[in-house]
Amino acid sequence: MKLLDSTDSGNSSSIERTQYPYVTGTSVIGIKYKDGILMAADMGASYGSTLRYKSVERVKPVGKHSLIGASGEISDFQEILRSLDELILYDNMWDDGNSLGPKEVHNYLTRMMYNRRNKFDPLWNSLVLGGVKNGQKYLGMVSMIGVHFEDNHVATGFGNHLARPILRDEWHENLTFEDGVKLLEKCMRVLLYRDRSAVNKLQIAKITEEGVTVSQPYALKTFWNFNAFQNPTAGAEGSW
Amino acid sequence: MTKQHQNWSPYDNNGGTCVAIAGADYCVVAADTRAVGCISPFTGAVRQKLGMLRVISHLGMFGGELSRADKSLMASSGFQADVRALQKVLAARHLIYQHQHNKQMSCPAMAQLLSNTLYYKRFFPYYAFNVLGGLDTEGKGCVFTYDAVGSYERVGYSSQGSGATLITPFLDNQLKSPSPLLLPAKDAVTPLSESEAIDLVKTCFASATERDIYTGDKLEIVVINADGIRREYMELRKD
Amino acid sequence: MFRNQYDTDVTTWSPAGRLFQVEYAMEAVKQGSAAIGLRSKSHVVLACVNKTNSELSSHQKKIFKADDHIGVAIAGLTADGRVLSRYMRSECINYSYSYESPLPVGRLVVQLADKAQVCTQRSWKRPYGVGLLVAGLDESGAHLYYNCPSGNYFEYQAFAIGSRSQAAKTYLERRFEKFMGSSRDDLLKDALFAIRETLQGEKLTSSICTVAVVGVGEAFHILDQGTVQALIEAFEIAGEEAPASEPTAADQPPPEPGVAADQGAPAEHDAAPMDI
Repeated sequence: MKLLDSTDSGNSSSIERTQYPYVTGTSVIGIKYKDGILMAADMGASYGSTLRYKSVERVKPVGKHSLIGASGEISDFQEILRSLDELILYDNMWDDGNSLGPKEVHNYLTRMMYNRRNKFDPLWNSLVLGGVKNGQKYLGMVSMIGVHFEDNHVATGFGNHLARPILRDEWHENLTFEDGVKLLEKCMRVLLYRDRSAVNKLQIAKITEEGVTVSQPYALKTFWNFNAFQNPTAGAEGSW
Repeated sequence: MTKQHQNWSPYDNNGGTCVAIAGADYCVVAADTRAVGCISPFTGAVRQKLGMLRVISHLGMFGGELSRADKSLMASSGFQADVRALQKVLAARHLIYQHQHNKQMSCPAMAQLLSNTLYYKRFFPYYAFNVLGGLDTEGKGCVFTYDAVGSYERVGYSSQGSGATLITPFLDNQLKSPSPLLLPAKDAVTPLSESEAIDLVKTCFASATERDIYTGDKLEIVVINADGIRREYMELRKD
Repeated sequence: MFRNQYDTDVTTWSPAGRLFQVEYAMEAVKQGSAAIGLRSKSHVVLACVNKTNSELSSHQKKIFKADDHIGVAIAGLTADGRVLSRYMRSECINYSYSYESPLPVGRLVVQLADKAQVCTQRSWKRPYGVGLLVAGLDESGAHLYYNCPSGNYFEYQAFAIGSRSQAAKTYLERRFEKFMGSSRDDLLKDALFAIRETLQGEKLTSSICTVAVVGVGEAFHILDQGTVQALIEAFEIAGEEAPASEPTAADQPPPEPGVAADQGAPAEHDAAPMDI
């Protein structure tokens, strides 16, 4: 049951609102690097704790200058993409040489998320938004209730706990593309090991002044032959 | 078995502490830049540092640089999304005021506007705890302190937010403001000089940061006086 | 009583394909006191003549700030102009609320024009009787637009509207080619000269004109009277003698908008207009 809201006191209106998510994606990580922004997310989507979908693209370009990554409810993310597409379309229809940059899109998203939480009907996502326009790099995020900020590196969900400490240690302004990808892969590997909803199939997206490229899905090299991984229940009597 | 889904709340507390002190011809407003919270509901209620945020708003159009013309400063703590929404509403209202009256709103007028804006959402409040500081129409320092639903009072100094419980008694002790019950009423402005007040604010935050985990990283201080307005920063404990 | 039988409401066409009510609204623009605008690569200057209705009254405000990067000068029904500038202000505020960036000037102008157009197609409405010179700065540089009651809008290098604006237009047409490279002060100078052209012999003082600027690093603002007076004196514009050429131009039909900009004689000398 997704759509129940019986908490309205004395109000018998049958407005249906999302009170919890169905199919969710896990962490997204975004960093600034020398020439722009890099973003990484795996392609899994879970139905509760079942890994239900394995080829879900969670990082997408928005117009010419921005890149969005999402964790949380996949359907809500797709709805967000739909409305951003509309936003960009209307923006292009002016055909006057002006275009919305990452800062504008981030702010628009923030208003959208906050507006939905005000209606007690949130979009169940944490969003990362990055981009480059006129030589300015931009990276920010928004939560499902409208909390938002900018930073040099951001992460959602488990990434906030497992990846950001690594990023705080190792991130610096002049990361090359290669070093940036390596850093993201390091973070994604840690997440893969420790986050049960993470899958070993990920995409890395890059945005620079030149434009957006989203990589083909690929897997990370992993090593599972640690003792604790091989026999995790050793010493735990009665468990299987 | 109980349902395994996450629940959500429209509120979060992102912490933060603010202090404002009014003097005879100046006002000091200060707040730390730390923001704490759970950015996503998927990893339980583990709260952590989100990032650096500027929480002192000079109520210019949605940010921008401080201007000589600024007359009031708002420092806020609580739920960041609400704080930002509140800042934006006030900035827009202030802009309309400027268009209509060809001048900046005075600090006491802004104080009333802030109260009305908060009370307007009395039954779905902005979870924001504010202090408003500036110079009044006579050029005297003034501080207004609020609760989340718009009750407010003009005082000589105030502290709000997660570190307020630590800072308020210390300020009470140091500033010895005359009781508001005294008749005839005594002026509430503090006897300190501007630089003494700034030092006092720095001490307050350095101390609050020791015990309050929601306060820290960096302190932003904005001083407003007859000469204009200026901003300075002080580093705080980052742990 | 009636000029003809096709002007009783806005939505009635004349057999010649004209909408008389709309044309009357444009006539109202010509009745209003003059407003001019000109731009360089980085700045736009607006100026207008302040006319008082009687010796006993003050003049009406004709230049409005819409936002830090947009301002407007009006000619025609001031009351309509105020309503439209209020609309512009609220559009600017709403845009920066959503995007935290300034509304591109061209977009505001289109929205404004669409608003004016609606009034030309509804039987129960009346067109706005005001012409607006919209000055603004955005990512793509400085802009000057003219918005007409008909819902048409044009971008200009320099333009003048209102009574006796033809004289100012002639002045601007003679010099506009240099404007793109002009400094802020040169623009102000040309603005004051152009305004003087519309005065029909009256002495130019800061009390009968308003000047406003917007530009790179400079939010839109109306210059205070003292500053304007200082400029007038510095440029020695006041000159009590009437401009050499008789300003009878106001009675001639204005040139086709848009074409006007192409007709200016090449400015081969720097001569002040009193020397021409």
